[in-house]
Amino acid sequence: MSRYLRPAARLAATARASAVRPAATSPFISRAAAVPSLQKRTYADASGVKEYTVRDALNEALAEELESNPKVFIMGEEVAQYNGAYKVTKGLLDRFGDKRVIDTPITEMGFAGLAVGAALSGLHPVCEFMTFNFAMQAIDHVVNSAAKTLYMSGGIQPCNITFRGPNGFAAGVAAQHSQDYSAWYGSVPGLKVVAPWSAEDAKGLLKAAIRDPNPVVVLENELLYGQSFPMSEAAQKDDFVLPFGKAKIERAGKDLTMVSLSRCVGQSLVAAENLKKKYGVEVEVINLRSIKPLDVETIVKSVKKTHRLISVESGFPAFGVGAEILALTMEYAFDYLDAPAQRITGADVPTPYAQKLEEMSFPTEEVIEKFAAKLLRL
Amino acid sequence: MRSVRLSRPHPALFRRGGAQQPHPLRPSLLIASASCGFPSSQKPQRRQAGSISQRPDSKHVMFPGAVKSAFSNTMRFEQPSTYPALPTYRVVDQHGVVVDPNFTPDLSDEEVVKLYRDMLTVSIMDVIMFDAQRQGRLSFYMVSAGEEAVSVATASALSKADVVFCQYREQGVFKQRGFTLNDFMNQLFANQKDPGKGRNMPVHYGSRELNIHTISSPLATQLPQASGAAYALKIQRMQDPSIPPRVVAAYFGEGAASEGDFHAALNIAATRSCPVIFICRNNGYAISTPTLEQYRGDGIASRGLGYGIETIRVDGNDFWAVREVTKKARELALQDGGKPVLIEAMTYRVSHHSTSDDSFAYRARVEVEDWKRRDNPIARLRKWMEAKGCWDEEKEKEARDSIRRDVLKAFSEAEREKKPPIRTMFEDVYEELTPDLKQQIKELKSQLERYPDEYDVGEFEGGIGSLEK
Repeated sequence: MSRYLRPAARLAATARASAVRPAATSPFISRAAAVPSLQKRTYADASGVKEYTVRDALNEALAEELESNPKVFIMGEEVAQYNGAYKVTKGLLDRFGDKRVIDTPITEMGFAGLAVGAALSGLHPVCEFMTFNFAMQAIDHVVNSAAKTLYMSGGIQPCNITFRGPNGFAAGVAAQHSQDYSAWYGSVPGLKVVAPWSAEDAKGLLKAAIRDPNPVVVLENELLYGQSFPMSEAAQKDDFVLPFGKAKIERAGKDLTMVSLSRCVGQSLVAAENLKKKYGVEVEVINLRSIKPLDVETIVKSVKKTHRLISVESGFPAFGVGAEILALTMEYAFDYLDAPAQRITGADVPTPYAQKLEEMSFPTEEVIEKFAAKLLRL
Repeated sequence: MRSVRLSRPHPALFRRGGAQQPHPLRPSLLIASASCGFPSSQKPQRRQAGSISQRPDSKHVMFPGAVKSAFSNTMRFEQPSTYPALPTYRVVDQHGVVVDPNFTPDLSDEEVVKLYRDMLTVSIMDVIMFDAQRQGRLSFYMVSAGEEAVSVATASALSKADVVFCQYREQGVFKQRGFTLNDFMNQLFANQKDPGKGRNMPVHYGSRELNIHTISSPLATQLPQASGAAYALKIQRMQDPSIPPRVVAAYFGEGAASEGDFHAALNIAATRSCPVIFICRNNGYAISTPTLEQYRGDGIASRGLGYGIETIRVDGNDFWAVREVTKKARELALQDGGKPVLIEAMTYRVSHHSTSDDSFAYRARVEVEDWKRRDNPIARLRKWMEAKGCWDEEKEKEARDSIRRDVLKAFSEAEREKKPPIRTMFEDVYEELTPDLKQQIKELKSQLERYPDEYDVGEFEGGIGSLEK
């Protein structure tokens, strides 16, 4: 009965109970519709909305958490004196001093291990990796120590730690520095993994990560740091957090469900807009926000409405986030699909250095649009 | 003799030496002190393999982990600060004056001039390529200003057959070993003549002919690999003593020495007696992190001693000192069947870390200017050469002008060169093309043939033809 140990086992029960497809009255729909109040408020009031870059949002989240909880500190390569390799920690050293904002030697294994040790001893470290590509050096501490010590210690040693940094490809840094680790960390029991797209995501998820008593991996994206997004008044407050395991429907639609995360959410939205213009179809775009736990409910609910699914992500295709989304959809909403679910992923190649090839190795708005049109037989 | 621990010992391993003695503590473990394969005139290294039992009232204890430790009745913690810092060896001072009375140059004037020109070339190429990056003509570049002597002088003391692992600031090593300006430029512009087939970031040079492993982006991974390569050389030589003795040279910065890989590399090289020379460029900064925050203790050299490795610290801005030290290090590395040596070359990173860095955000411009003026490795060798009478202002000017011309020539040739064949897109992911890759090649070919007007394949070497075969 292993499938009942799966995250959305209760959905399977529901799906089987209501064999008839139009499930508008399904009890699970009404439950899932109860979106958390914070999420509902996001764009409710446009009056106080401000533009934030993702970088500013992350910076504000860090500053607020450092301010409110003396147990929080941030450490990593160049986070203090240099204001962070990508300036995410700008001004934090001046404001909080060198006991809370700490430069480290170039030893990912060393400072990740140190941060885990500090977390096991009761502090709430934020461990910045210059990129998650470098975190490979430290992955044992993340996977074997941070994720598993609570369990292995019989519950006596919690590990409240946040690992964060840019993930995925950037531009022109070739194969060894252009990998997406969503699926890697997403597969580890004991970790929580989030991937923000907008400024609100970035702030709400990072704050939630720091507050969460478990180890959380926050997979940011270098190409999003400078991008601006509207930030609602509620999100500008220092009590703003986003819940884990809750996806956000960025765009409602009835013809196709597009599940995406991180930078690909923006691309999916553009593709959805173009599909509407060209073909008049309405694509529902779901921003996962959280990779582990994964919001299967929202995906399944959407598929029941649209009957078609595409996942969009920039990791390698094999055993990836897309594979997981498709498998879960098959498991819990197979009878609702009118076409085989599809995935758009990064290419199954070591990331090329050549600019054009690099562009072709990852989903683009055009590819998403074409692929969706094909699936919809447009 | 004792043999190496191999799963199936090669018969050659047992060709020479005395009776085999099993290790008293761990009989199954045979130790790689390995006199075999090395000239018999050299004294084979004898490991302390005695019993840990000892006579009553011995002044020394023979713990398995510390066999020569004397008993003491005073409790005293060792203070690193009570040990004097290791001295920095130098041959020529800042004014180009020889300070080591035992020093006699082992190179002819022509040879010195050639190496000086190598240093100049790296320096001039750096300036041009840094600006080219700023103009957007390549995506990335790393200069080695201030560190030219470390790379050129160490390389000059190695044999061409020696194997080299670089970090990324060792253009001088490539230049000295015979990398041409065209080779540099082809890699930087990722054209069809780049042996890396345009797949790597700029500056990630590599050369099979010159026995230099391709530079790899992840930090410090070259160090344990260098130990492994040295171990391979050692075993090769045991199996076939007719191979001339070779060492591995592994370069890294003091920042990389913070990575766990560095420590693993030194320990395994010491315990397996690998003929590898670890060459640390201690240039004061790891990107923005100054050495003060990078480590405590007496530099990287003190690490070597801790791992039981012969170590020296040298003035990295002194070409002659670096060369002398490397020569000796190579000799040591081949003694006793092979062993690691650590060189810490003290220098200063005059340049920014890379084109992605603005170092004036974390250090004063005056500090850099001061170093440039006060102690520049190129200027120091030049002073020595001028004092010797083999160099003057006129030659300097001529050299700089001609190098600049050559660099620009190679630059524009490489920029105009065709791109690698389209086929290379599919190759080398695996040793052989997999069936699906072959299928993809076919598909691409038919696509290009069907829509010849849509695709300009002219800029790729061989055009569509590379997809046949």
